Amino acid sequence: MRLRFSLGRFLAVLSKEFVQMRRDRVTFVMMIGVPIMQLLIFGYAIDSDPRHLPTLVEMGDEGPITRSILAEMETSSYFDFQGVVTGPAAGDRVLRDGTANFVVVIPPDFERDILRGLSPDILLAADASDPTAVGGAAGAMTAIVNNAIAASMTGPLAASTAGPAPFGVVVHRAYNPEGDTSINIVPGLLGVILSMTMVMITAVAIVRERERGTMETLIATPVRPLEVMTGKIAPYVLVGYVQTLVFILAARLLFGVPFTGSTLAFFVGFNLYIVVNLSLGFLISTVARSQMQAMQISFFTLLPTILLSGFMFPFAAMPGWAQAIGTVIPATHFLRLIRKVMLKGAGLADITGNLTAIALILLVVVAVAIRRYRQTLD
Amino acid sequence: MTDAPAITVTGLTKRYGGRAVVDHFDLQVPRGAIYGFLGPNGSGKTTTIRMMCGLLTPDAGKGSCLGFDILTEQARIKERVGYMTQKFSLYEDLTIRENLDFIARMFGVRDRRNRVRAALDDLGLADRATQYAGTLSGGWKQRLALAACMIHDPELLLLDEPTAGVDPKARRDFWDEIRKLSARGVTVLVSTHYMDEAIQCDFIAYIAYGKKLISGVAREIPEMIGLYTYRVTGNDISALEARLRQEEAVAQVARFGAVLHVSGTDKAALDALAARYGKDGSHRWERKEAELEEAFIYLMGGAADNFAGAAS
Repeated sequence: MRLRFSLGRFLAVLSKEFVQMRRDRVTFVMMIGVPIMQLLIFGYAIDSDPRHLPTLVEMGDEGPITRSILAEMETSSYFDFQGVVTGPAAGDRVLRDGTANFVVVIPPDFERDILRGLSPDILLAADASDPTAVGGAAGAMTAIVNNAIAASMTGPLAASTAGPAPFGVVVHRAYNPEGDTSINIVPGLLGVILSMTMVMITAVAIVRERERGTMETLIATPVRPLEVMTGKIAPYVLVGYVQTLVFILAARLLFGVPFTGSTLAFFVGFNLYIVVNLSLGFLISTVARSQMQAMQISFFTLLPTILLSGFMFPFAAMPGWAQAIGTVIPATHFLRLIRKVMLKGAGLADITGNLTAIALILLVVVAVAIRRYRQTLD
Repeated sequence: MTDAPAITVTGLTKRYGGRAVVDHFDLQVPRGAIYGFLGPNGSGKTTTIRMMCGLLTPDAGKGSCLGFDILTEQARIKERVGYMTQKFSLYEDLTIRENLDFIARMFGVRDRRNRVRAALDDLGLADRATQYAGTLSGGWKQRLALAACMIHDPELLLLDEPTAGVDPKARRDFWDEIRKLSARGVTVLVSTHYMDEAIQCDFIAYIAYGKKLISGVAREIPEMIGLYTYRVTGNDISALEARLRQEEAVAQVARFGAVLHVSGTDKAALDALAARYGKDGSHRWERKEAELEEAFIYLMGGAADNFAGAAS
């Protein structure tokens, strides 16, 4: 066999692929529409530090300190007071049926006990069946109460509060001072979007050729496998570029996500990431027998990409085995890379570790894919 | 036409999962001939045809196609072969012109624009060139597929059950076209299990369960098998058919409407039987020339027996 790559045949496959892509309206809309939808949903709808949670109060006491505490809670914007409950049974009920996320119980004689130095307890009953929903608010509670008490215990009463703590803790929230969820989630979303479309569309596009029998026609022509592969994949690289562009614009204009790092680092990083996903799609196409199967297997790879890569949940918080799985997922490394570049102002030198990791994964995937492809050729 | 055969292969073998799909297949195909491959479904016709033209690498055996080695010069062969698949395998979401143009580009056809236009004119589809291929009827799809695999003027045409699911008129037109190509010197390999198509072929090879049972000039096949046939007409033919099936001398009874074709390989025994049954005068017994039709029904029966023997 002559190993000559024909530019003419490559371009023929390429333009055929573009024509088919344009005619397949649904897929085309999906390629551009799904990323935008994801961006809007993840960017706007998801907040891991929720505020304005419905709260009810059981008032055992109604003195100025109590009022001060409640006012402070309301101003924290975590709690929205919706009314009062009478008695523990009523409090249990509203938590159970979900009317409120919190019930604050002020015990009887609360203020008197404070003044006597008995350090009475305020009960913050929370519906912790959804820990994310109540976590932030519960964490903020101690500080809220301390503030309120410090503010109301003035004059002679100030002596009854404890002296100042012997040291202070200053938390410096670097890169995202307001703790904005979208600033964390939007850059990571590029990794998920690219992974989803690149893997799935490559796999489906290649399998489609086999499923419809057109691969038989191609095999009977002098076209080489490499010309078919590159000609079919190249249009989707372009799709990846369009998605990235749409994404960068939306991140900037809609969510105010900064881009502080080096453009070159970004460019190198996302190109490598596109390539690794294309090769993964190619690998899937050698396993799947039908477009349906290709779709299912692609979805299967999507789950760990979303859940174990550190996109939705902090990587460091996962158990060892989950981290091990996460480490072999390209999205894990791309996520770190892009967060560094967009939020932390990283340059090419700062991301070499992540690039190496992706390149290693790429090497393994390509090696396996080519082996499998050779077997399926006959 | 030159004297060298278009295809010569010896000992072609292909195994899938330990089972020999094609087993030591030898054949010569003369240039310009229409060579028919017959056999039941799954008998290895497609695999054989593909191996003979370098589209599939055999596990054993060797051969040449159009003067090129089928093991090492597959690329050169592909440039000179047109392959029409069993299922319509052009792009349904491309137009007729785009399909032809794409295939022409795959083969690097010179003066592509004119060649495609000429093909469209030949097809009589010039005014429908922008119609999607997927919207064509079965007969038109088949003609388009033929035009596509002829776009680079191949010397050898492979047709894999080309007329499956096509109406009789379209089938006749298709064969007229094939004969025209053959007259121009194109060698044609065609696989089929339609008898009326087998009759159109100059040469025939009958394959069953991966083995070639017989091959040769089409009209000599019945003689090669050595089949003698009587044509029987008369009343209550069904009862007679049942009785004849019990007879030793009768190898096969084939029914064509109200007519029975009774065949056997032992001429004397069959003559005696005909005389015995013909005596009562309720049925007419006439000697007839054994035709391909009977020959193939006979072969298929034999192949089934072979297979049953091999399996036990």
